[in-house]
Amino acid sequence: MKFIQELPVLIIVIPLIFALIIPLTGRLNRLIPWIIASTITFFCFLISISLLMTVLDTGRISYWLGGWEPPWGIEYAIDYLNAFVLVVVSFIAFIVSLYSKKSVEMEIDEDKTSTFYSVYMLFITGLMGIVITGDIFNIYVFLEISSLAGYALIAIGKKREALVASYNYLILGTIAATFILIGIGYIYMATGTLNIADLQERLPALFHSKMVLVALAFFTVGLSLKLALFPLHAWLPGAYTHAPSVVSCIMAATATKVGVYAMLRIIFGVFRIEFDIHFIPIANILIVVSSIAIIAGSAIAITQTNLKRMLAYSSVGQIGYIVLGAVLANQLAMTGSIIHILNHALMKGALFMVVGCIVYKTGIEDISGLRGMGKKMPFTMGVFTVAGLSMMGVPLTVGFVSKWYIAVGALHAGMWYLIPVIITGSLLAAVYVWRIIVNIYFPDELPEQALQYTDGGTEITDHESQYSEAPWIMLGPTMALAALCIYFGISATAPLYVAEKAAVMLLQ
Amino acid sequence: MKEHIIVRIVAKFFTPFIQLFAFYVIAHGDLGPGGGFQGGVILGASIILYVIAFGMDEGRKRISQKVSDILVSTGALVYAGIGILCILAGGAYLEYAELPLGSHHLASHLGMYGIEIGVGITVAFVMITIFFETAKKERTDS
Repeated sequence: MKFIQELPVLIIVIPLIFALIIPLTGRLNRLIPWIIASTITFFCFLISISLLMTVLDTGRISYWLGGWEPPWGIEYAIDYLNAFVLVVVSFIAFIVSLYSKKSVEMEIDEDKTSTFYSVYMLFITGLMGIVITGDIFNIYVFLEISSLAGYALIAIGKKREALVASYNYLILGTIAATFILIGIGYIYMATGTLNIADLQERLPALFHSKMVLVALAFFTVGLSLKLALFPLHAWLPGAYTHAPSVVSCIMAATATKVGVYAMLRIIFGVFRIEFDIHFIPIANILIVVSSIAIIAGSAIAITQTNLKRMLAYSSVGQIGYIVLGAVLANQLAMTGSIIHILNHALMKGALFMVVGCIVYKTGIEDISGLRGMGKKMPFTMGVFTVAGLSMMGVPLTVGFVSKWYIAVGALHAGMWYLIPVIITGSLLAAVYVWRIIVNIYFPDELPEQALQYTDGGTEITDHESQYSEAPWIMLGPTMALAALCIYFGISATAPLYVAEKAAVMLLQ
Repeated sequence: MKEHIIVRIVAKFFTPFIQLFAFYVIAHGDLGPGGGFQGGVILGASIILYVIAFGMDEGRKRISQKVSDILVSTGALVYAGIGILCILAGGAYLEYAELPLGSHHLASHLGMYGIEIGVGITVAFVMITIFFETAKKERTDS
């Protein structure tokens, strides 16, 4: 019974402890880090499910670290919104660590394997910490933990370009973190508290203060940089393209989502929506920016030749959808935006995992190299098709559910002119997904290029029309995500129920 | 640095005093200025000074890669472990007063003390690891 009350802190402390134990065990056997990472992330997933159930039963959970009562002590506060995001993050972390075994063996040096899993666990700890905490300075601390782990994860592979990508991300990420810290400093100066619930009560009296306005400006820019909103997305394509496949999966599926969560929490949880509307038109600015993100991200994705880079730009577009739904600030659009956190994590996770399978099997990252791949890797390509259709927002897939809610929400807000933006985004997504599907399933009569095919790192010579599917340990998790893309597309009741409650809570 | 006899004698002479001061700063952390981080940096600096005077190989003889790697994790594990012990003792995470160490007052004191020691170990050996890593890189480049 006792441990049930301690779950909010255990979900952070257990992965943290095992992040420290992994480098010690890695000396014994190179399989142990993978086993620990998978078991512990599964454990975190179970804890997050149980937290979500508790929140649905009894409402907000508040955990006092060290027994210090908030607002003096640090509080872990769990409500509908962060319980939902916590489940998404821990689930994706579990699926990706299951999947990671073979891919890590191939793409990361053997002596770095245990370091990789250690940093991976730290990254997950940081992300879950941002989500779970009810203290705004704690958000910054966990943000730094996850960002520093993220820079290391990107640079850990064998590619030299990854170092430059990681360095770019390091500079921009540090600027973002500094902006967020300055924002925290200003609202601390204005209110004298760091507890989010306490800030929410104290800030309305100070809305006329210039200091609070400046704080919001710093938060908006810092968070936009962190979640790669369109004009500030420069770090994202390089980082996703050159990172090892597993790292691309986990970052694309969780890191930006947690950034979005932080933005929702700060713009709607700390500041109130009436502040944004009555004092500065921040919602209007973000509507314009995210509309541009939807169109520009998807349009640039069409022009890419590298598969990973294309998916990275498509992420930029999809983040536009999430932010757009959030800043429309009515219940329907907000629900769509929150559920898109789950949906985009599922489909982008699946897509990057497919790329990981292709890279593992063939070493190809170029779109032109995918010719005839539908025959070689039918299951992997099936997953790609399903997740790609979700990306377009075809009915019966998850993409449709969230886009529908965002579009109806836009109509509700009286902004009919956003409907063409949403539809154009989907059409552009159809173009870049279709370009690949054509390559996969309808190879024309061109002879196979003299590409160097590899199988798990070892080169193979006769590769034509061979059935060579990715190993099951990679394929299983990938197909599970694709199955969820369809399942939640047909029956979205459960996530919608939570997302609606979270939206109501944020907008009250 | 073999020929710099003064540097080597002074470094050797000062190392134990610096380390003693480091332990003082760590142990004093819960009552006065100082603490695990500051003390850990001083402890790390003492070993870095020794390595600068005597060279990498001599330094690695004293503190091997394996030992420093293990201690980096151990320090932080001490911190997290004390937190878990507090939960096992019936309190919240890091609620030292609940540790079964006599009075609540004494338990708070010892709990904080333990955490400062954990932080000190990790910080000291992270400093040493960073120093060795950067020094190693320069050597391969030249």
